[in-house]
Order: sequence, then structure tokens, then C-alpha cells
Amino acid sequence: MKFVDFINRSAIRTNMEADSKEDVIRAMTSSLMEAGKIAEDQYEGIVEAILKREELGSTGIGRGVAVPHTKHPSVHELVGAVAVSDEGVDFDSLDGEKVHLLFLLISPPDRPGDHLRALENISRQLRDDTFCRFLKQSKEPPDVWTLLEEADNNQFGA
Amino acid sequence: MTSPVVQRVVVVSDKDPLGLHIRPAEQFVRLAMKFTSEIEVVRESLRVDGKSIMHMLTLGAEPGAELRLEAQGDDAEQAVAALARFIENGFVNDQTECPSNG
Repeated sequence: MKFVDFINRSAIRTNMEADSKEDVIRAMTSSLMEAGKIAEDQYEGIVEAILKREELGSTGIGRGVAVPHTKHPSVHELVGAVAVSDEGVDFDSLDGEKVHLLFLLISPPDRPGDHLRALENISRQLRDDTFCRFLKQSKEPPDVWTLLEEADNNQFGA
Repeated sequence: MTSPVVQRVVVVSDKDPLGLHIRPAEQFVRLAMKFTSEIEVVRESLRVDGKSIMHMLTLGAEPGAELRLEAQGDDAEQAVAALARFIENGFVNDQTECPSNG
């Protein structure tokens, strides 16, 4: 699975000012709502579900990256948003590092494989130091999109 | 003198239909970090660090996937035994000294 298959181009935010876990999750879910990928009346339920998942254990996966997520019956395909935070967000990651790069995923309950494929793609690409650093340094959403496309075309190590 | 590598092949349980997603990857890494041995996990041509969540996720291990656990160090035997049980039991940690979520 490629980034362009699940990341919504209109749901990319840079220079995130939200500095708490809940605020950044709300902002990212809003970006998917504004992109028309989730319904307005589902917003609160989706945010609650993502926060509830975080209570089970952080979705910080190391290297300043987190993947907050949930399944939700209102979506019919995997949808994803990206956010970059210069200041970093405290995410209770296992390695103790603040999170600077977030991928938020909402998947339909009947497609468990898609979620795993997206996680595989995100983690495989982010193992490349250059890609990870460039993404965190992105100042504008189009820069993030270009990097994701380049990663999809195997222009980084991985 | 270097200690030998302890290996064991395990199959990801189908008790969790998602396979090795973030939560089990985190639990695997927490368990692996309790051992001083170096721990690597191999799936086909991919070899990753068993003490990194990001690395473990690159395996994309769905239910039924075959993984080879490799450990090297003083507690390699115990590490492989505990981690193999965790994978085969459907990501249930049966160790009584399992740390609670912080």
C-alpha cells in the first residue's frame, strides 16, 4: 500500500500549534472532516474512539512518530491525515520522545488487513532517516505531499 | 567468547485478526526490553530489531505469518521462550511480572 492510497491530500497540516494529545487528534480529525472524508455528525464519536484507543497504550512508535487510529463504521475505505509539529506533542511514547510527525488513520471495521498494510508502509518508509527528517522539517502541506509521493516512488532508502 | 544465537520459528496466531499491529508490537517490545540479549525478528528477507516498535511494524505480520525469533546474550533462551509464547498465544503475555501499562 502506498501513502497516496490512504493519505488525503487536503488533510495535511504543518506548523501544528496544538500541543496536547487530544488537541492534535481533534485538529487532525477536523482536517479529514473538512476534506469531506468523514461526516460532520460523526466527528465527536470518531475523536472519542481515537482517544479511547490511546488509553489502552500510546500509539507513539518511536523516532518522534505516532499513529493515532480507530476503526469506524462510518468510513468505507481507509482514510488518513498527516500532521507535523515543530514544538512536539507529548504522546507517552515508549521511548519518551515527543512526537513531531503524526499519521491519523480511520479504517472500516471489515477491512483489518488495510490497517496493517498502512502501518507496514508508514514504518518501513520512516525507517529511512532522510525521509523522516525531511517530513519533520516540512513547512507547508504541499512539501509533505511531495515527500510522500517520492517515498511511494522509492526515492528514499527503504 | 560470544554466546550462540538462540532461534525459534513462530506463527502469528489468528486470535487477533489484525495480526501484529501497534498494540501487540508495543507489548512485544516491552517484553523484549526486559531481556539483556540482542533480539532480532526475521520474516523472509526482512530482519528487524525486536526492541523497536517501528521495526516490528515493518514486518506487516498478518495472522499465519511465519516469523523467526533470534536472540543472542546471557538470557537468550528465556527471551526466545517468552517472546514465542507471546506471539503464539495471540499476544497474551503470560508472565506474572508483566509490567502494567504506565
